[in-house]
Amino acid sequence: MSETDDKHAVPDMPDTTGTITMEVARFRPDRESEPSWDSYDVPLRKEWAVLDGLNHIKDQLDGTLSYRWSCRMGICGSCGMTVNGEPKLTCSTFLTDYAPGPVRVEPLANFPVIRDLVVDIEDFMAKLPTVKPWLVSGDEEPAEDSEYRQTPAEMDDYRRYSMCINCMLCYSACPVYALDPDFIGPAAIALAQRYNLDSRDEGNEDRRDVLASAEGVWACTFVGECSVACPKDVDPAGAIQRYKLTAATQAVKDLLLPRGAR
Amino acid sequence: MTTKRSPEPFAWLLFSSGGMAAAMLIPVLLLLFGIVFPLGWLSAPSHDRLAAVLTHPVTLLVLFGLCVLALFHWAHRFRYTLYDGLQLRKAAPVIAVLCYGGAAVGSVIAAFVLIRAL
Repeated sequence: MSETDDKHAVPDMPDTTGTITMEVARFRPDRESEPSWDSYDVPLRKEWAVLDGLNHIKDQLDGTLSYRWSCRMGICGSCGMTVNGEPKLTCSTFLTDYAPGPVRVEPLANFPVIRDLVVDIEDFMAKLPTVKPWLVSGDEEPAEDSEYRQTPAEMDDYRRYSMCINCMLCYSACPVYALDPDFIGPAAIALAQRYNLDSRDEGNEDRRDVLASAEGVWACTFVGECSVACPKDVDPAGAIQRYKLTAATQAVKDLLLPRGAR
Repeated sequence: MTTKRSPEPFAWLLFSSGGMAAAMLIPVLLLLFGIVFPLGWLSAPSHDRLAAVLTHPVTLLVLFGLCVLALFHWAHRFRYTLYDGLQLRKAAPVIAVLCYGGAAVGSVIAAFVLIRAL
């Protein structure tokens, strides 16, 4: 090995010249009633993510494998799957971290499986608009050339929650959602808070009925797995806890104060 | 999806203030009376002095508040342990009555014990 190679060598990197076995959950509803496992040996390269392994299988080994992906750079939120039991974005989960293997790839937990690694996300898609995750403005339309100015501090209030990419890893990680499918869930509540805490938004009261319901924040028991699973560091558990305090304060006000003073 | 207002915020406020009160007061009390005084790191207050502090109405009120909040903290947590941990969601109303009812009974007992100290 030359001196230059030595300098660029990454210490403690597992051997990247061999292969790794990927055990992939298969489910073909037209042919079988229960999911099964297929094993594939794929090249183990240090720059290969689990998604690259799946693409290798699809292109070279078995074209019948179905899974969702798009951007390969952790922003589209399509490629969430269960890797060795944990919900992960497969495009940013590297095969070398699981060497010598095998790596088990399953569909996201807590969602019905359509085929192989593709899950039905209809439940989340139906819940998301109920929290109105958009800027709700008052009756007064702004003048044509006006701007909604915001200070950096005002932006910091919601910025973290705006990083959500709707990948649904948090739903897959949430034990409450597993037990109670009516729970609105971590991402939807974090996205509601993204707008509630935005200085330009006036939709707090519109979102309250859904957020402060038994299926809203009150279903959460603060297990915190959503924030562990989140690949974008959104901290949905923190968003939910913050809204619990908001909702509880409002509930006390509703009880104690006359309607006009709330 | 129902959007019924839930009584949960009040249970949660008792739960969270109970957790806060217990976390702030109980470790200090355990440290002082369980370790520091028995090991003689600090000289323990005399019995008369401690009795005077304990029978002061303000102390009794603080202790009563701590007991009530800690009991409701327990009730809320235990309720969810039974709901989710043991998967007893079907018995939810019974569990809620038993847990919060137990905390209420405990609060009455605490009041009784503390009033007797007056």
